[in-house]
Order: sequence, then structure tokens, then C-alpha cells
Amino acid sequence: MIKRLLLVSFLLLSLLILSIFLGLSMGSSGNGANAVFKSLFGMYEADSMLHTIIWRIRLPRVLLAALVGATLSLGGLVFQALLKNPLAEPYILGISGGSAIGAIIGILAGLSRFPGVTFTAFLGSIATLLLILVMSTGQSILKKDSLLLSGVMVNAFCSAIIMFLISMTQDSRLHNIIFWLMGDLSTADLKQVGILSLTLFPCFLILFRYSHTMNLLLMGNEMAQTMGVNIKKVTTILLVTTSFMVSSTVSHCGLLGFVGLVMPHLLRIILGPDHRILVPACILGGGAYMVVCDLLSRVLPQHGEMPAGVITAMIGAPLFIYLLKRSK
Amino acid sequence: MMKKSVDITNLSFAYRNNPVLNNLSFSVSEGEFFIIIGPNGSGKTTLMKLISGILKTKMGELKVFNQPLKEYTRKELAKIIALVPQMAAPDFPFTVTELVLMGRSPHLNVLGLEQEKDLEIAQNAMAFTEVEHLAHRKIDQLSGGECQRVFIARAICQEPKIILLDEPTASLDLAHQVKVMDLMEKLKNEMGFTIIMVSHDVNLAAMYSDRILMLKAGEIVNIGKPDKILTLQILKETYGCRLLVDESPVGRFPRITLVPEKHQYKLGKIESTKIE
Repeated sequence: MIKRLLLVSFLLLSLLILSIFLGLSMGSSGNGANAVFKSLFGMYEADSMLHTIIWRIRLPRVLLAALVGATLSLGGLVFQALLKNPLAEPYILGISGGSAIGAIIGILAGLSRFPGVTFTAFLGSIATLLLILVMSTGQSILKKDSLLLSGVMVNAFCSAIIMFLISMTQDSRLHNIIFWLMGDLSTADLKQVGILSLTLFPCFLILFRYSHTMNLLLMGNEMAQTMGVNIKKVTTILLVTTSFMVSSTVSHCGLLGFVGLVMPHLLRIILGPDHRILVPACILGGGAYMVVCDLLSRVLPQHGEMPAGVITAMIGAPLFIYLLKRSK
Repeated sequence: MMKKSVDITNLSFAYRNNPVLNNLSFSVSEGEFFIIIGPNGSGKTTLMKLISGILKTKMGELKVFNQPLKEYTRKELAKIIALVPQMAAPDFPFTVTELVLMGRSPHLNVLGLEQEKDLEIAQNAMAFTEVEHLAHRKIDQLSGGECQRVFIARAICQEPKIILLDEPTASLDLAHQVKVMDLMEKLKNEMGFTIIMVSHDVNLAAMYSDRILMLKAGEIVNIGKPDKILTLQILKETYGCRLLVDESPVGRFPRITLVPEKHQYKLGKIESTKIE
């Protein structure tokens, strides 16, 4: 078990490092595997344009992509286990709707992208999380469907408000709103990434601590209880940790969809259902996948770039269907 | 006097305003094979859920090894009581070994990583229920009988003192029914487990149990050795159907035979000559 955990982690970590390396070396202003190597070993020319692009623009963006991919994949994994629903994804409890409203209000108020809009988006999603927690207090938190349905309703309500806000907006801010809703990694800077990783890593650790408990949850709440799981406590911890983690991420990069739904399934098909393996695999594999998708979204279009969310689904969906077919 | 593993006094339970169990008092001795029977809706499963701690006791007292159940933490309780569900193949394809190892969870460290010792205990449990050869198979590819034996191995692996089973033979064929029941008897005799089982099968209860608890509409009809409980009179009153009771040809326990409507005219004749 431990051997397998280390092996999988090592392989996926290598993959993540490789993808980060690729992410750093490639881009519209020229390919620079060489330059990356040179910079790594301190042999760069100080005034090199490429050097600045790699470390000031590409590095924060690539790191943000890795963090976002990791968080969303892990979030999807936890919610799929917690709600015992294969369609669960990190936004299922309405976090996306809440943070979108927050972000749109921030954009409309003319705040800067960071920290302004990030902050309002975060407030929005935390507000929805509190709402969900209040709605599902008492016994009903144990009933997975009531949690799921409350989330769907919150999302529906938020969508209505989002559409309302959008229809009221006409100027250039509309473009900003749309880009935020599709997910956007281009505005990252190193400080932002630093803050984000400081909030995310403790969440990763907490969720890994509960990975074996998630295995037990798959057996049904009653069975899990008889194996020593305190369902109420565990549900609350998983719910709050995951929502907090996803909220932080989403407030930095907007609504990147699909990764959170498909990565856990993809990894489960390949690695089996054990969460002690899947939690680190989602962090490392989800991160690597997002870095590659972001890279493609930068490199593929001749002019400008497309939202990374387009690529995640364009590659992910067929790949997933292929694996699903093969596994049966 | 044997030690009491489960001791219940004046236990009542209601779902909101629906009373399900009404003022039950009984105890189960350590190392006893105890079977709870009764018609649908008599409260058997609720009673099981109370003993396993899934439902909270609100009225009355439920002690496990002389300590009120609510004073145990979940983990402590999991080291004393293990549950074998009716039929609970998980949706996710764990291997048999992985599933049996889950039984170790109350004994594991905070990260839930198993040691060599845990694997050894799991292998012994699998050997005991004869599922070693399935060790690497996926749980969702097994037959009902194999699956049930895997879940029993999981319960053994938990190293409890009491094993609760909720109708473990309900969906099994004849051969597997006997196999599972023999297995439980072996567990009781060789490893000293207390076995508490909910069952619909009165004949299996007659063959294997030390004592039977008969429930009806949330109340105890009677409790005692099989030949005292499974009498024509008690069965007729409890289930309200046509049946015959005589002594089994294989041992000193009652045999219950159902009588279909088309043969009911024979009932009077047989009853007057043969029964009791």
C-alpha cells in the first residue's frame, strides 16, 4: 500500500514537473527550453527579454494552473465520495454561483483584478458556503440528497442573478465578466500564487488525513459508522475544507469547469478506488493536466489565446469516454 | 452466570411520532448465538441499528459489556461491535483484500495506512471464511454468496467481540445459506464471538440459535430456546398464517412447514394426529 502510494506519487510528480517545464519553455514569444535550463543554472543574460517572460509571466501562470488543477480535481474527488454521486464536481454546492456574483459585482464596481475582484469573489463563495451549512444543519446534513439539492437550487438562483447582472451590463466590462466566467489564468502574479499556495497546502494535508475515511464512506454512512467513523464530524470537515479550498482558487482564476468532474473519474479508472492513492494523484495529476491544457490554450491559436476551459473539456471528454469504454 | 455482552432495559424507540419499539428488556450472554425473528415491520432492523449505535438510544438503557453504549466513542465501539449488512456491494471496485482490510480501520493510525500485521489479520480472516482465492478479485464481480463471505471476513478483521448480522442469508441459495450459518457457528465456537442476527428464516433460526427473540409490532412476544419459541401456537399468533411444526428429522429442534392454501384441508387432519 505504502509502496504503491509512493510509486504513484513519484510518477505523477515527474509528470507534473515535466509539464511545468514544458509550460515554462513554450509560448507565443518563442520556445525556450534552452533558456529555461540556462536560467535554472544561473547562466542567463540579465537583460534577456525571454528570461523576463519566462519568470515574470509564464512561471506564475504555470504555477497557478497547477494549483487550480490540483484543487479542482481534489474538490471533485471529495464531493463525489461525500455525496456518493458520480456527477458531483467542486461547484456542485453552489460555490461557483456565489463567487461569480461576487466577481461580477467587483468587476462592475470597477475594482482591480487582484486583490479587488479576487476578494469579492471569495466573499461571494464563502457566503454561499455559509448558506449551505445553515440550510443543512441538524439531521439533514447526513442525507446526501438534501445537500445536493440545496446546492443545485443555490446554483440555479445564482445563475438567475448572474444573467440579470450581465443583461444590465453593456460596456467593455462585459468582456471581463465573460472571461471570468470561462476561467482565466492570464492575470497571475507571483505574490498571488504564493498567497494561494499558503491557503491550499493545509487543505491538501487535511484531506489526505481523511482519505481512508472517504474509502469507508463509499460503503454507505451506516457501515462507515460501525467501522468507527463519526459521520457528522467528518462530513462537516470535508465539506468546509473542500469548499474553502475551491473558493480560494476560483476567486483567483474564475470558473474553470470540467477538470473537477473528469479528473477524479479518469484517475479512478486508472488507479482504482482507494482514496489514499487518489488524493495525492488528483493533486499531482490534476495539476499536470491543467498545466498542459493551459499551455495548449496559449500555443494553439495563431492570434491571442483561448480560455483554458475550452481545452480541458476538448481533451478531457473524449479521453474519458475512451477510458470508460476500455475499462468495461 | 455468563457475562452479558448486550444488556437492554426498558428500551423504546420512535421515528418522530411513529413508535417502533416498545419497552424491550432482554440481555445477550457472551458467546451466545442469538437470533431475532418476527414479521415485517416488527422493529427487528431498528433494534439492530440501536445495538450497532447507528441510531441513538433515547428512551431506556442499552449497555454493551456493562457500559452504556452512548459512553463509547465510535472508534471504541467499532472495536467491540462489527456489522455485516444485508447485501452491500459497494459501487466502487475495491478488491476483496482492500475491502476486508477496511475492517482494520478502527485499529489504524491517523493516516489510515495498514501495516504488515493488519494484512496478516486480513489474510487469516479471509482464510477463515474461505475467500482467500478471491483475494485479488474485484468485489463487484463476486456472486452473492461470495460477497457475503467477504463481508463476514471484513467483520472478523475488525476484531470485535460481537458480530451483528442483518438477514445475511436473505438473498442466498440453499448451499450458501448453510455455509454462512455454519461459518457463524464456527465463529462462535472457535473464536468466542457473540453472534446477534436478524433473520426471517425460522428454520435456520431453529437449527442454529442458542436463543431466539420473537418480536411483533415492537414488543417482545417471547424469548428463549428454539423449541420454546417456535411452537405452533406462538408462530400462528405472531405470523397469522397456516403452518405445521414438528421435530426435525436431523436433530432436536423444531421444523416449520408452510401450508399453501390448496392443501389447507389437510391441516386439520395432520394437526389432530401428528402435532404435539
